[in-house]
Amino acid sequence: MKIAIASGKGGTGKSTVAANLACTLSRSREVVLVDCDVEEPNLHLFFPATTVDVPVTTPVPEIDPARCTLCGECGKFCRFGALSVLKDRVLVFPELCHSCGGCSLVCPQGAVREVPRTVGRVACSRPLPALVLISGVLNEGEVQAPAVIRAAKLLAEGHPLTLYDASPGIACPVIETLEGSDACILVTESTPFGLHDLRLAAEVVERVGIPAGVVINRSDGKDEETLDFCRERGLPVIMTIPFSREIAAVQNRGGLIAALLPGWEERFVALFEAVVKIAGVSP
Amino acid sequence: MIVGITARAAGTDAPVEQRFGRAPYFVFVDTETGKAESVENPLVDAAGGVGPRAVQMFSEHGATVVITGQVGGNAAKALEVGGIKAYAYRGSGSVADALAQYTAGNLQPLPLA
Repeated sequence: MKIAIASGKGGTGKSTVAANLACTLSRSREVVLVDCDVEEPNLHLFFPATTVDVPVTTPVPEIDPARCTLCGECGKFCRFGALSVLKDRVLVFPELCHSCGGCSLVCPQGAVREVPRTVGRVACSRPLPALVLISGVLNEGEVQAPAVIRAAKLLAEGHPLTLYDASPGIACPVIETLEGSDACILVTESTPFGLHDLRLAAEVVERVGIPAGVVINRSDGKDEETLDFCRERGLPVIMTIPFSREIAAVQNRGGLIAALLPGWEERFVALFEAVVKIAGVSP
Repeated sequence: MIVGITARAAGTDAPVEQRFGRAPYFVFVDTETGKAESVENPLVDAAGGVGPRAVQMFSEHGATVVITGQVGGNAAKALEVGGIKAYAYRGSGSVADALAQYTAGNLQPLPLA
């Protein structure tokens, strides 16, 4: 079973929920936690451990000057500006390339070859006896987050229970993370921004076709608008985490409330059971 | 020699556009014959990477000099490798005015490297 944790708005507590859920579940079974927020992965802060790193490469064009006639087709095709055909050579901007391969297809001379280029890495570790953490890390200045997410998810394949912690937002990296998930936990907070972005995220999971439930984090007890929205959209609210200094204090020193505060392990077990029900598949 | 000037509209009376890759028009002027060709820039609304693509358009039109407000890093690299010199025109005048200023030697070259 694969569970994605997403939010729309950043800072609502995706990683808090993912880390606590992973820690809780790892007491009774093998769990793989995948940090798909590759532009700013942070789950390793909850689970420090020695990692084994695997580089992630994507194909980028290399021009054979002996075959190239400077016809300009590749540069006209590339909508990302990764190729500039000039008077006497083709200039390649590999960091602008999205690895679509179109330049090699449109080249009438067969002068475009694809060569691998490192854009990031996947860091694998086993911080707890039954927990494997797989963190995707996109190199600074790179644009191909989905490639690193794909690699991280690929390394997690074959495990019976996998959690995907998504990046904020609703763009390509989130969709890449959601693909293939059995259920999604949408983490929100009871603020106007939290609700605004929950609406967007709920629409995305619906379009991708993934059943979802909502976790309200930092609740001040006045969640009516969020509850109304969830009722309207048929989204079950499967956990509410109160706005509490005690919880914030544990969180701020990199601790997990499921391990350190009484009652929370049971609540994360209940969260998992609710997600299993939503997914409609056997865990 | 062909000079390419970034412009807000077609023709040599159009105001100069300060942006390079997202200028609505490129006006190419042949300094020998005085003929001007205006090309609508298809990259105005493109998502990204407009600099290098605009440089390819200048190269295809045989321009060896560009007059614009400023250029980004990728465009600068492509201009340099492509042997196209770039000059800064910061005024609010027309394409014709920018060209006159260039011919009079009043425009500063834009640093490319």
